[in-house]
Amino acid sequence: MPEERRRGILFSKLYSFACFLSKFEDKHAQIGRRGYSRVVYCNDPGNPGAVQLKYRGNFVSTTKYTAVNFIPKSLFEQFRRVANIYFLVVACVSFSPLAPYSAPSVLVPLLVVIGVTMAKEGVEDWRRKKQDIEANNQKVRVYRDYTFHETKWKKLRVGDLVKVCKDEYFPADIILLSSSYEDGICYVETMNLDGETNLKLKHALEVTSHLHDENSFRQFRAVIKCEDPNENLFSFVGALSYDGKEYPLSIKQLLLRDSKLKNTEYIYGVVVFTGHDTKVMQNATDPPSKRSKIEKKMDKIIYILFSTLIVIASVGSVFFGIETKKDISGGKYRRWYLRPDDSTVFYDPKRPFLAAFLHFFTALMLYGYLIPISLYVSIEIVKVLQSIFINQDQDMYDEETNRPARARTSNLNEELGQVYTILSDKTGTLTCNSMEFVKCSIAGTDYGHGTTEVERALMRRRGALSEPGDAVNDVQRHHGDAMDSRRSIRGFNFRDERIMNGQWVNDPHPDIIQKFFRVLAICHTAIPVVNKESGEILFEAESPDEAAFIIAAREVGFEFNGRTQASISLHELDYETGKKVDRVYELLQVLEFSSARKRMSVVVRNVENQLLLLCKGADSVMFERLSQDGRLFESQTRDHIKKYAEAGLRTLVIAYRELGEEEYKSWEEKFRMAKTSVTADHDALVDEAADKIERNLILLGATAVEDKLQKGVPECIKKLSQAGIKIWVLTGDKMETAVNIGYACSLLRQDMKQITITLDSPDIDALEKQGDKEAIAKASLESIMKQIREGISQINSAKQSSNSAKESTLLFGLIIDGKSLDFSLKKNVVKSFFELAMNCSSVICCRSSPKQKARVTRFVKEGTSKTTLSIGDGANDVGMLQEADIGVGISGVEGMQAVMASDYSVAQFRFLERLLLVHGHWCYRRIAMMICYFFYKNITFGFTLFWFEAQASFSGQPAYNDWYMSFYNVFFTSLPVIALGVFDQDVSARLCLEYPILYSEGVENILFSWPRILGWMFNGFISSIIIFFSTTKLMTNQAFRRDGQVVDYEILGVTMYTCVVWAVNCQMAISINYFTWIQHLFIWGSIAFWAFQTRFKPMLHDIIQIKRLEDSGNTPTLPRQLKDRLLHLRERLMHREL
Amino acid sequence: MDVDGEGVSAVATGDRTIPMHPGRHEAFHQFTQQKLPACKPVLTPAWVISIFLLMGTIFIPIGLVTLHASQSVVEVVDRYDIECIPEAFKSNKLGYIKDSSIPKNCSRFLKVYKRMKAPIYIYYQLDNYYQNHRRYVKSRNDQQLLHGLKYNGTSSCKPEQTNNGLPIVPCGLIAWSLFNDTYEFIRGASELTVNRKNIAWKSDRDHKFGKHVYPFNFQNGTLIGGGMLDPRIHLSDQEDLIVWMRTAALPTFRKLYGRIEEDLNADDVIVVNLMNNYNTYSFGGKKKLVLSTSSWLGGKNDFLGVAYISVGSSCIFVCFVFILLHMKNRRPYGGHNLFVLEQERHL
Repeated sequence: MPEERRRGILFSKLYSFACFLSKFEDKHAQIGRRGYSRVVYCNDPGNPGAVQLKYRGNFVSTTKYTAVNFIPKSLFEQFRRVANIYFLVVACVSFSPLAPYSAPSVLVPLLVVIGVTMAKEGVEDWRRKKQDIEANNQKVRVYRDYTFHETKWKKLRVGDLVKVCKDEYFPADIILLSSSYEDGICYVETMNLDGETNLKLKHALEVTSHLHDENSFRQFRAVIKCEDPNENLFSFVGALSYDGKEYPLSIKQLLLRDSKLKNTEYIYGVVVFTGHDTKVMQNATDPPSKRSKIEKKMDKIIYILFSTLIVIASVGSVFFGIETKKDISGGKYRRWYLRPDDSTVFYDPKRPFLAAFLHFFTALMLYGYLIPISLYVSIEIVKVLQSIFINQDQDMYDEETNRPARARTSNLNEELGQVYTILSDKTGTLTCNSMEFVKCSIAGTDYGHGTTEVERALMRRRGALSEPGDAVNDVQRHHGDAMDSRRSIRGFNFRDERIMNGQWVNDPHPDIIQKFFRVLAICHTAIPVVNKESGEILFEAESPDEAAFIIAAREVGFEFNGRTQASISLHELDYETGKKVDRVYELLQVLEFSSARKRMSVVVRNVENQLLLLCKGADSVMFERLSQDGRLFESQTRDHIKKYAEAGLRTLVIAYRELGEEEYKSWEEKFRMAKTSVTADHDALVDEAADKIERNLILLGATAVEDKLQKGVPECIKKLSQAGIKIWVLTGDKMETAVNIGYACSLLRQDMKQITITLDSPDIDALEKQGDKEAIAKASLESIMKQIREGISQINSAKQSSNSAKESTLLFGLIIDGKSLDFSLKKNVVKSFFELAMNCSSVICCRSSPKQKARVTRFVKEGTSKTTLSIGDGANDVGMLQEADIGVGISGVEGMQAVMASDYSVAQFRFLERLLLVHGHWCYRRIAMMICYFFYKNITFGFTLFWFEAQASFSGQPAYNDWYMSFYNVFFTSLPVIALGVFDQDVSARLCLEYPILYSEGVENILFSWPRILGWMFNGFISSIIIFFSTTKLMTNQAFRRDGQVVDYEILGVTMYTCVVWAVNCQMAISINYFTWIQHLFIWGSIAFWAFQTRFKPMLHDIIQIKRLEDSGNTPTLPRQLKDRLLHLRERLMHREL
Repeated sequence: MDVDGEGVSAVATGDRTIPMHPGRHEAFHQFTQQKLPACKPVLTPAWVISIFLLMGTIFIPIGLVTLHASQSVVEVVDRYDIECIPEAFKSNKLGYIKDSSIPKNCSRFLKVYKRMKAPIYIYYQLDNYYQNHRRYVKSRNDQQLLHGLKYNGTSSCKPEQTNNGLPIVPCGLIAWSLFNDTYEFIRGASELTVNRKNIAWKSDRDHKFGKHVYPFNFQNGTLIGGGMLDPRIHLSDQEDLIVWMRTAALPTFRKLYGRIEEDLNADDVIVVNLMNNYNTYSFGGKKKLVLSTSSWLGGKNDFLGVAYISVGSSCIFVCFVFILLHMKNRRPYGGHNLFVLEQERHL
């Protein structure tokens, strides 16, 4: 809907002048006070006042860190994670004698992990830095030494005079002094700021608009006093002192950084805000940080492990305390070989409580291997790689726009596999947002033969009746041929021999047709732009349907060819003479479009000195504004509008009226008052004033514009709903249009039952006429509740019947309009509304505003407590995108605002299918498996330590060499798990798409459910028991080496370690489904690396330790090897049974 | 309105696009599109059953072989810590063992129940002795063992670091608590020669215990721990010490004492004359003397064989269970109809 996109239009028009003339009011009076203290000495850097003021330069840095604070700040970021804090504390304590192992062995892995994450941060920040450098070094012309010099952006200072040329970005916030236009206007595009592609008009003050050449600036001195830097993009308060007088400045004179000069050769201006003081930089806030559900759950698991850790550490300490206490009893030393008489505090039998307490910390450190130190960093690496795969996927690359899919954040990848509800915008998301003028109804006659995609879908829906010889197809084919023979015009698909090629003059109502197209040609805010190469005239319009109207008018013979501040010129066909004439219309007023008003009008004076109000708007507001004698064709037009809406077309009603001089004068006065008022209800006053004149209109007809469906949308939606994903479409369209679009994109299907909730019932209408607001609200609420109840009972009865009959369930589609939605989201209704909505496989909310979209998103997110994804393309979807768990932006035509706010961006809606069903599914599986496996392998390892402790009277002696312990997570088991996280596929992409039902695995969170997680943990626990007890049973006591030597502490450790490495890596080999050479390399490589390291000692260990190992490695004995095999095979067996 | 600073400059400098290289290296393409050739093992019932069957059929014979090897080992164990205390001291074992004036010699008779082939390994086995206690394990200094008095950073050896202001070599609790029971074996009339060389690991002798390091100031303190060392023999030849200093992993452990390099016949009675010097009474530890032969698999340990056989037979069992299950609920593999059912459940 156009109104959605027209928020905050700044098309000031004539009344901007009125603003200048107005006296200092309200806020202007505050200049110089608190919050309004900025003083800018224009073009006067030597002024003592200017020297004193030290405003920031124009250097901009968007980096998170600087060279100086990188280390401390990024370290701080790192240690905000609980696990990292734990490891840091452990590392610190490990320097004390409490530590069961040497300090470096715990410090090194921590440093590696922290270092990798910091390096990642650093690289990301470096990229930002490069962008900053590029931005800071752009060139701008600055007035210094009486002429304009090229300077870098960053050297710009407050008070500098600058010249900005066409299509350049403004380097800072600039007060417009003059432009290439006489009257000092210029056009700017603010796409980077708010995503709106339309041009906005800015005005110089009259007193400065004559400054046009370098010489005139020689003497130019002025002082600007204005507000302090703030983030409000839509207001500015200031005053310009020039020639001894003060002139008020407003947002109309302010050119914002990062917006672009358009349609204007050049402008001159004074810099008022630089660098970080500019409004756009003040606005730069971090987008809301989102975390995936899996990660949140993972935190819980970490807490479980922490508690396990504490429990086993306390158990150990208690036993240790008891054992230690017994060492001295009655003056006798029990374990005399420990010298209990001459002990340190850690083993002192005389102070067993203290010893046990201190031992608790030792144990915490020792069993710390339960907490996987490398988990976070591995997950981050994996996610970044997954994002690269998403970015590189050629099946999600749009050749037309040269845009690949892009993961703008990497921490939601697995969330893509768990989407339960999709909330989609319609315009630009499901549809192309390239409008085509297809039909119109003028004076009660329907013109235009084209068939829309929705109509074709409707025909298909009504059965495959349309045989090739069908009349409609015939017509279509006929026109298709005709179209081919002519040059096709973008935005125009209107075929009717009665109108085209000037034939309309022979129509029964040529005057009405003339008026109709005149309204289309005049009533808009577009600007003609001449393409220099082709000489064609393009239109810079606020919305594509407006452009479609202008093109339609041109094709019929009303060519809009110029606009000035106060006039619009047409090159039009006069039906009486049959000749083309140029006519100029004096533009008096523009009554802007807004989503509340749903209409737009202009007041013009034509050559005949007639005052005309030309108006176009939505049928809901227009019909009630018609005069009694202007309703001549009302019923036919209504029928046509209904028909068009059914065909999925957007309709607007076109009307006009003639104004009397007197009437206009008196109204203008009121309107001006309203416009210049600076009170809070300014907008309401303006609307009210506008409302007064937009009455007694005479109906001319209606237009119908087709918003084409994007490629592949129906197929994609079908697949997604097969995957069990519920789809909500939130649109501003009329209910009929929305329903038809719903059918066209197979959101609604023939076999679905529709439940409609609406307030368009006669009794509500009647109440509305009475105007009693409370009564309306009450009645509406009741009506909504009743409708919801009915819907629920329908669904329940359908469920029961399907249960008894065991037939396939009847599917429901819910359609609700904006007003009803407002009531449905009220506290006492929302619950039953969601009960209803959740039972429907698709929901269409029509006539909803951007704010409602965000609200619905939040309610859906909170109501279902499952993952929601919203997808949209425009600035109006930003709220929705940020509110949802995942925001997907369509990087289409409507600017970058949605993409900026999104987590993922795709070029077309249909890529969503692959993004979710393939990448989402894979990423979910991978991350879930990976985390489970991580816990498994660490529990396996950690518990072997515990079992060993139990055999060593809990003294805190680790079973393994320090370095083996620290390298366990870093080297011997890390790569396979990363390979799992990056490459594993349960089924190929083709099968993922073929059987969308696979996706429900993620929605129901099967792979990361508590039974699964605990199952894996239990698996780890069992593995540790098997490994520990088998190795000890097998190896101790008996002769182990050829010369009869037995196994000692070190060999047992090495063997157990070997078993653990084998077991966890083989477990990995069993769990993954997809073996490429990468998996083979990593899994068998890790084992081989361990074997290599035990045999050839490549690492810089403590030299003595190696030598101890030497013999155990050089003379491998059979039992060990056999036992290894036995163990991992048992492992496999166990896994199978589990 | 939320303008991300990063985003703004990104737009200003142009959106990034992927350069598409149609002719790019095939493998790279496969990699980025996640289409690398891969093997995807699908566990069909037939596969699972045959894997289990295979495992069973391999494991059971291995188990039998290893069990046989273990059974062929002859092991004679004799616990002597209680019997070697004279009746008078039965109630005061600690007093007996601590009193150095009482002679500690003791004789035991071992009966060989089966022919034992040389080499026969002599072990002593201690019980409830925590050589893996953290305080104990750490109480040594490897540098000192290798370099002797030259190295004096021996703080880890406390409290057996110095005595009377002089450093102890070898320092630490492990060395201090050296095991000092001795055994002599007599068969019939003749004494059996016990080879006490090469009982320690060669690497330990060569690389860990210095050839020029002699015991110094050892067991000179007021509190005598375990055995004494001959200060004239360098550490690398003190094999008892080296064996003792390879700390055991578990509280029950055996350590090699020596080898008898003659065969012993069945029903031979061996007289063991031992010196029961070592104090295990204070912590209730047992002392055992073990004579054992060895097989290709090492000492006598049935565990490996039993484990193999039990795993193998459970594999076979599982295999049969699976076969039965498969026969009972046979379903077409990869049938799409299952998907349809699922779908209906969800929608």
